[in-house]
Parts: sequence; C-alpha cells; structure tokens
Amino acid sequence: MVKPITTLGKYLMLMGRIFAKPERFRVYFKQYINEMTQLGIDSIGIVLLISFFIGAVICIQIKLNIESPWMPRFVVGYTTREILLLEFSSSIMCLILAGKVGSNIASEIGTMRVTQQIDALEIMGINSASYLILPKILGLMTIIPFLVIFSIFAGIIGAFCTAWFAGIMNATDLEYGLQYCFVEWYIWCSFIKSLFFAFIIASVSAYFGYTVEGGSIAVGKASTDAVVSSSILILFSDLLLTQLLMG
Amino acid sequence: MIQINNICKSFEGRSVIKDIDFTFENGKTSLIIGQSGSGKTVLMKCIVGLLTPDSGAVFYDGRNLTEMKKKEKQTLRREMGMIFQSAALFDSLSVLENVMFPLDMFSNKTYRERVKRAQFCLDRVNLLDAQSKYPGEISGGMQKRVAIARAISLQPQYLFCDEPNSGLDPKTSLVIDELIHSITTEYNMTTIINTHDMNSVMGIGDSILYIYQGRKEWSGTKDEVFSATNERLNNFIFASDLLRKVKKEEEKNK
Repeated sequence: MVKPITTLGKYLMLMGRIFAKPERFRVYFKQYINEMTQLGIDSIGIVLLISFFIGAVICIQIKLNIESPWMPRFVVGYTTREILLLEFSSSIMCLILAGKVGSNIASEIGTMRVTQQIDALEIMGINSASYLILPKILGLMTIIPFLVIFSIFAGIIGAFCTAWFAGIMNATDLEYGLQYCFVEWYIWCSFIKSLFFAFIIASVSAYFGYTVEGGSIAVGKASTDAVVSSSILILFSDLLLTQLLMG
Repeated sequence: MIQINNICKSFEGRSVIKDIDFTFENGKTSLIIGQSGSGKTVLMKCIVGLLTPDSGAVFYDGRNLTEMKKKEKQTLRREMGMIFQSAALFDSLSVLENVMFPLDMFSNKTYRERVKRAQFCLDRVNLLDAQSKYPGEISGGMQKRVAIARAISLQPQYLFCDEPNSGLDPKTSLVIDELIHSITTEYNMTTIINTHDMNSVMGIGDSILYIYQGRKEWSGTKDEVFSATNERLNNFIFASDLLRKVKKEEEKNK
C-alpha cells in the first residue's frame, strides 16, 4: 500500500516541477511543434488503419448478430456510429495510443536519464522536467482531438466499405442509420475524454521514463509500466468521465 | 575558486564520501584521482549540486551552493560547464545544434550570432567539419570534443569533467587533456577533472586530490605526486608496470 502512495506523491511532485515558467518560450515552442509531429502526426497512419478495420468489423458484427425482421434496417448504421463516437474513437483509440505513444515517451526519456542527458540539462540550469515533459503533454493534448476526428471518419468509411464492396447491406440504410438521432454532444464528449486521456498517456509515461534508475533493463521495464499504468488509468477515468458527461 | 568543506555523503546508510576538504583554484586544472568506486563521481555530483551532501558546504567564489534556493542554483549553473563520461550529447540534435543549445536557452544574441559562436567553439575543438552530423554518426573522441565545445559555449567560470578520457585511446586522451588544459588557462576557469588516467595526472594536473574509500588521502601537485611517501597513493600510481619501471630508472640515475 505504501508503494502506490509514494509513487503518487512522486508523480504529483514531478507535475509541480513541470508546470513552471519556461526558461525560453521560443525553445519550448519549437519543442512543442516537434512533439506534435512526433507523437501526433506520426500516429495518424495507425489510427486510420485500425479505425477503418474496426469500423468495418463493427458493421459486419452488428449486421450478423442483431438482424431480425422486427429490427429496422438502419439500426446497423445507428449502432455503428454510436459505438465509434462514444467509445471506440476516444477510449479504445487512446488505449492503442497508450501502447504506441506511451512506450515511445517512457523509453525516450528513460534513455536520456541513463545516458546522463537529463543531468546535462540540469547542469546547464534548465528545468529538465519542464523542458522534456511539458511540450509532450501539450503537444499530445493539442493533436488528440484531430486524431479522434480522423478515427471517426475512418471508422465510418470502413463501415461504408462493407456496404459498397462486400455488399452485406444497403448503403442507403447504413447512411440513414448513421444520421439517425444524431446528438452533437457525443462528439464533444469524445473530445473531452480524449483530452483527459492524452494528459494521462503523456504525463504517466513521462513519469516512468523520468524516474528510471539503472540501465537498459530498467528502461524496458519503465516502458512496460508506462503502458500498463496509463491503460489502467484510461479505463478507470473512462468510467468516471462517462458517468459525469452522460449520466 | 571552488571550496569544499567537510563534505559527507551516504546512500542507504553506506558512507561514500567522508569529510572531504579541498580548494580548487582559479585558472588551474585540478584532478580528483582514485580507484574505481572510491567516490570520485559522487564527490563531483555533490560539488555541482546534482546530489545534496548530508553535511558540509560547497562555496563557489564565496557563494554557498548547499544553502541556495532552486532559482539561485539554476542561475549559478549557467556559469558551469560539464563534460560527462558518456559525453551526454542530445541524440535528436546535430553537432551544431548541440553546441547552440545552451546559447538558445540563455543567450540574448541573434540567431546568426549564436550560430557564429557555436561554430567558433566547434572550430576551437577542430570539429567545424562535423557540424551537420548527428552524435550517433561520430566517434567517441569526437563526441567528447563536441561536449567540450558545448560546455564552453556560454564561457563558463567553472568546468567539470567526469572521466573525460574513459573509452578513448591514449593519443585521443592526450588531445582531450590538452584541449581542456588550454581552455582552462585561456578562459581563466576553475576546472575539476575526475580521472584515473595517469597520463592526465602527469600532463595537466596543476593540483591533485587523491581519494581512497571516500576519504581525502593525499593532495598536492603533479611534481609532488611521484615523490609522495603515501603508500596508498604509491600503490595507486605505480599499479602500472610502465610507471614502476620509470621510477626505478629515475632512482638508479640519482
């Protein structure tokens, strides 16, 4: 019980160091742009690919499992949209990003720690925590709503492809279902949730990387811990946020 | 001038540094020597403030580092340059960007002036041709020279080198030693080097502090080190067969 409390304390202390006034805004801004590219833009490919196939699979599964003479034909499109908007494109996509981006952040900062690059920053009089972590948090939080939009679009296109190319259902029914009873707030819910998740991914992974002690094995362990911890926290906060935003 | 008073440091009850006093003079290259595991790196980390000593004080020209607030420490650190054992260059930046980094952070010069200053520092270490390369593309010796260029880019008052010759061949080590020594006299810096390389001791050791198991065992100059009567120091220095033979030759000639 003591260890999780100690870890939480250290994490909060690190957060205190991160949100300090930058030494030079220009350098931090450059770093912020770099992080947006490295963490966000470079993830667009995997987000599109996964969302496309998941959208297609959701559409097929729903068609196969709930098709009944009593059920309106547009339900497949409606359910696909709701799943993509409410859970997949925010929560599940962020879980996937926790694996890709989280391990990247933890191993990058961890390697900087074991190769004394963080000590070098400290010796120069730079707040290393703020310089390394703040641009990552802000960069990921800026880019994640765009990734959510891309994910929703890719998922819907995937669903349409099952209608156009596989011919499992009528595209007009699917389109009607996708537009049926649309609630704009759900999109905002996705954005709000993804912002929280982005903060969790970047800050938790950076914490595990920043506090590495030892060598390459410790970096590997930090990377795994970062992914596991941020995934658990995403799932837990998803529960709370869903209740708060939709309850 | 850097003065250390009764520095003690322990980890989990194990004492690593015990009551060390010493004064590192301005414009001189001071060497901390000792066997591996004797506490040299811990002492240096205490001096630069990366570790907080359990007791004792470190004075930078009269300013007590151990009593400084975080902000004051950060300001003082802008007067420091450090060369790490592993060079600690930033992988994602080119050689020129690495040297420019402290200037980008703390200098008010224009971009062109910053590039000019970084190129001057690279030229000083004979690496102007490698400015567009990345740390992973250059040799260990070159990385150390880039680290020296980065350390002097803001013209620091104090230069710290943690085993700058480790992993380098004797010829490259000599080049690095000469470079550090000449920069120290040129900029009138206080330079402290951690080493167990006897070539460095003989070549550039203006003042030497020998540590044995975390304690100050002996201090003096490079001229005094070979005639010292301290048994532990002699065991350390003459562990090399070559030096033992040189000493025997000298004694015969006398």
